[in-house]
Amino acid sequence: MKKKINKTFLMNTFTYLLVIVAFLVLNSLLEGGKLGYRMRGQLVPACVFIVMAVSLNLVVGISGELSLGHAGFMCVGAFSSSITIALLNAAVPNDILRLVIGMVVGAAFAALTGVLVGIPVLRLRGDYLAIVTLAFGEIICDIISCLYVSLDDKGLHFSFIDPALPGKMIVNGPMGVMTGGRIATFAIGFALVLFTLIVVLNLINSRSGRAMMALRDNRIAAESVGISATKYKMMAFVISAALAGMAGALYGANIGTVTYKEFTFDKSILVLVYVVFGGIGNILGSVISAAALTVLPEILRSFPEFKENRMLVFAIVLIIVMLITNSTAVKGWIERIKGLFRKKEEADLPETTETENVQTEEGGAEE
Amino acid sequence: MSEKKRTNMVPFPSDAIIPERDLGTRPVLDARHLGVEFGGLKAVDDFNMIIGRTEIAGLIGPNGAGKTTIFNLITKVYQPTTGTILIDGKDTANMNTIQVNKAGIARTFQNIRLFDKMSVEDNVKIGLHNGLGYSAATGILRLPNYWRKEKLMHEKALELLSIFDMQDMADATAGSLPYGAQRRLEIVRALATSPKLLLLDEPAAGMNPHETEELMENIIKIRDTFQIAIMLIEHDMNLVMGICEGIAVLNYGSIIAKGTPEQIQSNPLVIEAYLGKQKEAKA
Repeated sequence: MKKKINKTFLMNTFTYLLVIVAFLVLNSLLEGGKLGYRMRGQLVPACVFIVMAVSLNLVVGISGELSLGHAGFMCVGAFSSSITIALLNAAVPNDILRLVIGMVVGAAFAALTGVLVGIPVLRLRGDYLAIVTLAFGEIICDIISCLYVSLDDKGLHFSFIDPALPGKMIVNGPMGVMTGGRIATFAIGFALVLFTLIVVLNLINSRSGRAMMALRDNRIAAESVGISATKYKMMAFVISAALAGMAGALYGANIGTVTYKEFTFDKSILVLVYVVFGGIGNILGSVISAAALTVLPEILRSFPEFKENRMLVFAIVLIIVMLITNSTAVKGWIERIKGLFRKKEEADLPETTETENVQTEEGGAEE
Repeated sequence: MSEKKRTNMVPFPSDAIIPERDLGTRPVLDARHLGVEFGGLKAVDDFNMIIGRTEIAGLIGPNGAGKTTIFNLITKVYQPTTGTILIDGKDTANMNTIQVNKAGIARTFQNIRLFDKMSVEDNVKIGLHNGLGYSAATGILRLPNYWRKEKLMHEKALELLSIFDMQDMADATAGSLPYGAQRRLEIVRALATSPKLLLLDEPAAGMNPHETEELMENIIKIRDTFQIAIMLIEHDMNLVMGICEGIAVLNYGSIIAKGTPEQIQSNPLVIEAYLGKQKEAKA
């Protein structure tokens, strides 16, 4: 019994430690001015995509539904938080506080969108669900591309048709939104990653997370023991959307000007690639793969020989890693290495499983 | 109004039998005129059954007779086209599988349906999901209630596993268990929802005679400790005749015989259903 708790506990502790150590190292390098400008520019995006990948993994890996519209929620978060930050420019002079408020608002709007999208989408299953989430992601982007918001003495003005609004434009349709400056910092990004990990890992290792995994493994059996599919699929979907909204808020605050074009289908697929690359259902894997794959293209850029065709090299690296991790030979090696460790433990294990095996084999023979 | 209200009369099957000790208590299951059609094919027709509070009931019949369909109707995997099902006196007309489970029915499956990738203990904890609850927020924030309930769940899960002497396997992955242990784990998971009626779909399938013997003892032990009713589908006649108190025989979707094991064994209709009709001598 102790062993199992220790195993998940160790895994989670390792995840937290890795993230914290990586932050401390990078932060000291950053403050010492030892990081190149390319790496410096990738720190916050890496945080954003870690949060995106971990939150998508909650839906894809834990809840077991393939969602292709994750960037849609990021878009909602980015725009709603940018509007909030622009509104609070005067009222809240503290950049960090303003960004945190923006993130909370972004999460709230993204969660609301998650509920609205989830009601029709979660009635579907499998491929159909994936296609419909894809459509919803695009719909969200299209709606936001027609959104005009302006601010004057009388307050906010919204329109989806008429670009000529009184006062100062905040959101200008396809031209996007001007946030109140580039206020995102690496520290805030790190805090968001930590927050996401706490929420997702604690959720997975609780009653609700177990229910989600049970529904993923066998829906009929889960319902037969009284677990509501609608409730837990929706919970995973909405929590994931809220976290994506927060990531969107951070993303917006990092680049200053956000347009809907940043959040189209390819961004959803990119995040899905991170999740699959790191292992479906594996949170630590998502963290590592999102960080590595965000930074990799930038590192490639610094080599003169790869400058022109770095995306090609990026794709080749992806294919090679995928092939290697899925090859039976490599899996065999991993099993053998694991076996070396296992041999030491075998002495303590009770022998029940072995005798049971023998019994069923006998049973099979008699039939 | 002074007008006298007329009594609502309902049909009540007179041929039902329940154990004498359960007289005076409400039957745990009362299925009346149950029927289901799949595209014009009557899979089950006019199925009537009453199960006493602590009865071990058997449902037998040749392959394809509709036994598992009856389980699927009771647990609302299929909605019956005709008839009513009362669980502990409650009508289940508009309930779904989840609500039926909460009303007190738990089941196992003919083709084992465990949560293969999860540990044995987690499988049982899924069964305890509704019994020992806390909100998702409590889980995320790790409030004191989380630790208290998780500790209770852990203890309860081990206690339930100890019925089948499986507490040592709590850490193993459910999918890696041997066949017999998987069947037992399914029963434990069903029991964890603290049901009033436990439906077992071929619990002894794939077990050797020794294991079947053990299972029979355990089924009686479960009934005695939890004071619940058990209804089982089984092809192993030693098990059925050994522990079932009331037996219903199903053929082509309708009941052809009901009674005690002795009555069933000597019923010519049952013998015909299983062995076929004796050819009449040609004149």
